[in-house]
Amino acid sequence: MSARQITLEVLRYRPESESEPVFQSYSVPCQKEWVVLDALNYVKDNLDRTLSFRWSCHMAVCGSCGMVINDNPMLSCKAFLRDLPDHIRVEPLQNFPIERDLMVSLDDFMDKLKSVKPYLIPKQPTADPDGTYKQSSAQLKKFKPFAMCINCMACYSVCPQYGLNDGFAGPAALALAHRYNADSRDQGRRAREDVVASNTGIWECTFVGACSEVCPKNVDPAAAIQQTKIASTVDYFKDLLMPSGRKIAHPEGDTT
Amino acid sequence: MARSHKPVVWGLFAAGGTASAFLVPVLAITLGFAVPLGLLSPTDLSFDRVYSIVSHPLGRLVLFGYMTVCFWHAAHRTRTTAHDVGLHNDRVTMIVCYGAAGLSTVLAALFLLSL
Repeated sequence: MSARQITLEVLRYRPESESEPVFQSYSVPCQKEWVVLDALNYVKDNLDRTLSFRWSCHMAVCGSCGMVINDNPMLSCKAFLRDLPDHIRVEPLQNFPIERDLMVSLDDFMDKLKSVKPYLIPKQPTADPDGTYKQSSAQLKKFKPFAMCINCMACYSVCPQYGLNDGFAGPAALALAHRYNADSRDQGRRAREDVVASNTGIWECTFVGACSEVCPKNVDPAAAIQQTKIASTVDYFKDLLMPSGRKIAHPEGDTT
Repeated sequence: MARSHKPVVWGLFAAGGTASAFLVPVLAITLGFAVPLGLLSPTDLSFDRVYSIVSHPLGRLVLFGYMTVCFWHAAHRTRTTAHDVGLHNDRVTMIVCYGAAGLSTVLAALFLLSL
């Protein structure tokens, strides 16, 4: 099979030798069916062992290889060379501090993910003797699209609000909060409210919608945030009209 | 973290957007197509007829509700757009946008009462 010669322009940053990131070009002989990650691995294996980037599964499941390819944040394992020109610019995700080359610091994102309590908070343990929670297909359908997030952080890279305000919880974390809020087995909406319904939660979002456009798993975080805004607005007025109701736990089955 | 009070303005914003999404197409079809194409007779939208609908207490109430949520929709969208384009003095933006919406609401009420 004949190789296609691609110029890979990669943003390099080696903190021990560079004060700021610089581009470095590599000429890579690529096969037709390759993705950008294959080209990067070719560089790592054959041209420059110092190039650093994260990857693991090579099948759009792990979310490790998110990077900006020709100005679009995407998974490099899902960015087919056949869809790209001969000159490809690869940069780390935007809005995050660069640790080294194409690797960004995950700390802020991980803290935000934890802050929305992204796990089931049931009111009481299941009565089912086998320890499982029953759920209908309709109940599953309510949250399943929001459960597909692989934490690749592409949405944070394009979110103008996250770019402006580091404190913003951001699209993936808020979509995940909605995923659990919308789960019939979960009763934790009020527990997530402090972060989700604060000024740095859903209310910082101005519905630009770029997050949903770039999501490689079609999660639609913008829709999740809008749905959470509706639920939080209802909560807000309920609490205003019936302040005592705030103490009552979230009624079972109400997953809005 | 303190809970945000944005639901107050966002509620009006959402109501305005939803109401407009339903009513603007109706207005566009009625005024832009139905009347010019002769599907409605010109007398259906005569001044007297429209005036009698608008000045009816129920008509005034509906119009007031619709106009109000549209004003607040515009105000909140302008505030968030100002933030998006880099005007980050939110307090000033809030005063200008919501002030205009509040004033428009009062003027709409006075106008509808004077009909």
